[in-house]
Amino acid sequence: MSEQETPAAFGARAREWITRNLPPADDAGGAGGLEADDATELRLVAEARQLQKLIFDAGFAGIRYPVEFGGQGLARAHQLAWREAAAGYRLPVEFNVTHGILGPTLLDFGTQEQKARHLPRMLAGEELWVQFLSEPAAGSDLAGLLTKADRDGDRFIVNGSKIWSTGAHFSDYAMVLVRTDPDAPKHAGLSMLYLPIATPGVTVTPIKLVTGGSHFCQEFFDDVALPAASLIGEQNDGWRVATGLLFHERNMVAGNSLNDHGAAEGGESEAGPGGELIELARAAGRARDPYTRQLVGEALVLEALANPAISRVNALLKAGRMPPAGAAIVKLLNAVSDYRIREIALEIGGTRAVMSSADDPAGGHAQRWLGARIRTLAGGSNEMQRNAISERILGLPREPSPDSGVPFSQLLAARRRT
Amino acid sequence: MDVELSDEQRFLQQTMRKFLEHEAPVATVRERAGRGEPPFDRGYWQRAAGLGVASLLIPERLGGVDAGQPVLDLVIVAEEMGRQIAPGPLLPTSAVADALVRAGTPEQQDRYLPGLADGSLVAAWAVAEEPDVWEPAAAATAADRGDADWVLTGRKTAVEAADVADQFLVTAATAAGTGQFLVPRDAAGLSVRPLPQYDLGRRFADVELDAVHVPASAAVGEPGDIDACLEHQYVLALTVQAAETAGLLERIFTATVEYAATRYAFGRPLASYQALKHRIADHKMWLEAALGLSTALAHALADSDPGAARLASATKAHVGEQSVAIISDCAQLFGGISMTWEHDLHAYLRRATVNKVLYGSPAQHRERLCALAGL
Repeated sequence: MSEQETPAAFGARAREWITRNLPPADDAGGAGGLEADDATELRLVAEARQLQKLIFDAGFAGIRYPVEFGGQGLARAHQLAWREAAAGYRLPVEFNVTHGILGPTLLDFGTQEQKARHLPRMLAGEELWVQFLSEPAAGSDLAGLLTKADRDGDRFIVNGSKIWSTGAHFSDYAMVLVRTDPDAPKHAGLSMLYLPIATPGVTVTPIKLVTGGSHFCQEFFDDVALPAASLIGEQNDGWRVATGLLFHERNMVAGNSLNDHGAAEGGESEAGPGGELIELARAAGRARDPYTRQLVGEALVLEALANPAISRVNALLKAGRMPPAGAAIVKLLNAVSDYRIREIALEIGGTRAVMSSADDPAGGHAQRWLGARIRTLAGGSNEMQRNAISERILGLPREPSPDSGVPFSQLLAARRRT
Repeated sequence: MDVELSDEQRFLQQTMRKFLEHEAPVATVRERAGRGEPPFDRGYWQRAAGLGVASLLIPERLGGVDAGQPVLDLVIVAEEMGRQIAPGPLLPTSAVADALVRAGTPEQQDRYLPGLADGSLVAAWAVAEEPDVWEPAAAATAADRGDADWVLTGRKTAVEAADVADQFLVTAATAAGTGQFLVPRDAAGLSVRPLPQYDLGRRFADVELDAVHVPASAAVGEPGDIDACLEHQYVLALTVQAAETAGLLERIFTATVEYAATRYAFGRPLASYQALKHRIADHKMWLEAALGLSTALAHALADSDPGAARLASATKAHVGEQSVAIISDCAQLFGGISMTWEHDLHAYLRRATVNKVLYGSPAQHRERLCALAGL
């Protein structure tokens, strides 16, 4: 393979390989992601590991990753050519978080040894990574986290708990944001560590969601001993690493990160919720009802505006005319639109939407509506996206923050007094 | 319009902006409306045409400019006119030029297009009928074939620039299907009844056709055989309108955010309150969607994308709904000052409110989306 290969030539070569080696996208693939049941999710992950290995061996993995770490050293245009060539085929999208968030963070902040050890394995489908950020008592206010790591010679001893980590129960490694200096102001006393999830003292508990699946987990750390080399970036500079990680997360949601296999999980917009609602309106006997038709029309509008809006925000980001926080617009739009479309389905389905089994055409909609609430929270709540849009895109002033500059230990003491 | 403009497009944009800021600032538009004067005079429109705004769709041999990307250039002009709430019959003259270019005879093109291009001829598109019938092929106005002429009878409504138009392009039903006919202002039996002026920069009128005789050569295209052409004009009208509305929405929203960031209340900037900030964030999101839709629609039309009709209706429904909702909330954020005649906000709100219903309301376009999707 020549380094001079054009995106078109790369795409043609990719297409040729894909048609012979990748399975077609399964229609039931839409059942992945947030709405999957446990068995389906585990099956899809096992399948994804094999597919990613296949892609790696064929020399198509990590299109924008450096060659020295197992990637192809190519550009975004090649990545887009890959996505286009793979349309209609099953891709290991389960590696998106690993390749789109954790890998890029390791590239930015990791040591040469950390990168050389892990990046090739991520690209080869051998290591699934996940981030441990939120805590039971620290969600939107991430820097208020309590999980601590005490330095003990050449080790860190970690105690605490993390929550809402995506797929920790089937992942291999995690980056974990911990407090290493409780006497510094809250953002200044944090460090980013990484660990094999199978490390003794780590307990992973899948969380059963309202939809019945276990997409997210809670982790407990009981005197978990990690070598000093687990540190990513400098000690007490973890907030900078976390900010970089969250930047890559928003970028991934906006389709701009280093993950090759499409923007996000689920592939909802391709499936065409508008078409589903039309079927639902017919099945519910409301195809001629003017109010129902207005609702269907509203969903068709939301469906139509997603890609134009995302393209515009991406173009603004690329042109440097919108700060990186611009991805918050895409995140909020996806969440708000998805929620409204599910709400419309519930309304059109009527009684049958809440009282019939999943094999009824109107049956699954109440369940999916429950699931849509997860999207308005996961990866940063709608409210946090609104903060990001107003403060970091529009430059509006922040709310007064009484915790700024105060040592975290004092904040904790004050919290206990009230 | 696109985020990245070519050098030529940026030049067009800057030229338009300067021209409009000089010739038709919002204050001037407001003052003329306040004095009951017409929103613009012919000289203004001819000077605008001198910059090329009326000739983008017209071939060079007929007085046009052979623009590389006519529709994309047109939406740049429309956005700028929206930003300034500028007067001028950009949309109707574009729709009429489009009809003549796509369906007109060489004689019609030679006769009318040069005048449209240089602004000396103003043409209105008489398409709408009561009650809120905007789809061109749904016209009920009758055109009956005589021996050597057509006889038009019916009433058109909400005809933009009817007060100054020299020619009317009238959609009408014939025995063969819908046709379009050029009717001169002085035709016997044609009367124009001005409607109360709500938009400060535009006037509309009812146009009554009482057995108006026009020669056979007045038909633009073969009646019954121009449905694709009518649909193209309709989507073009929606494209120009979307760009204009998105442009005006962006301008007034930006002004509102600047104001909210500097005004203090209870010791803090107004815009530091989450109760307001979160509303502003939602507006920003829907605004970017509106601008993205407007751009996507222009490209779909320019590329003759078969999905353009659906995108046009989705764009109209979204932009129409959100523009009025957001500007109304901008008034709330500005507070009492936006209630005054001297403040610009009402000029924006008025135009958005008119655009919302012109060429079909959001509700009508949601219905059209269902029909286009086979429901």
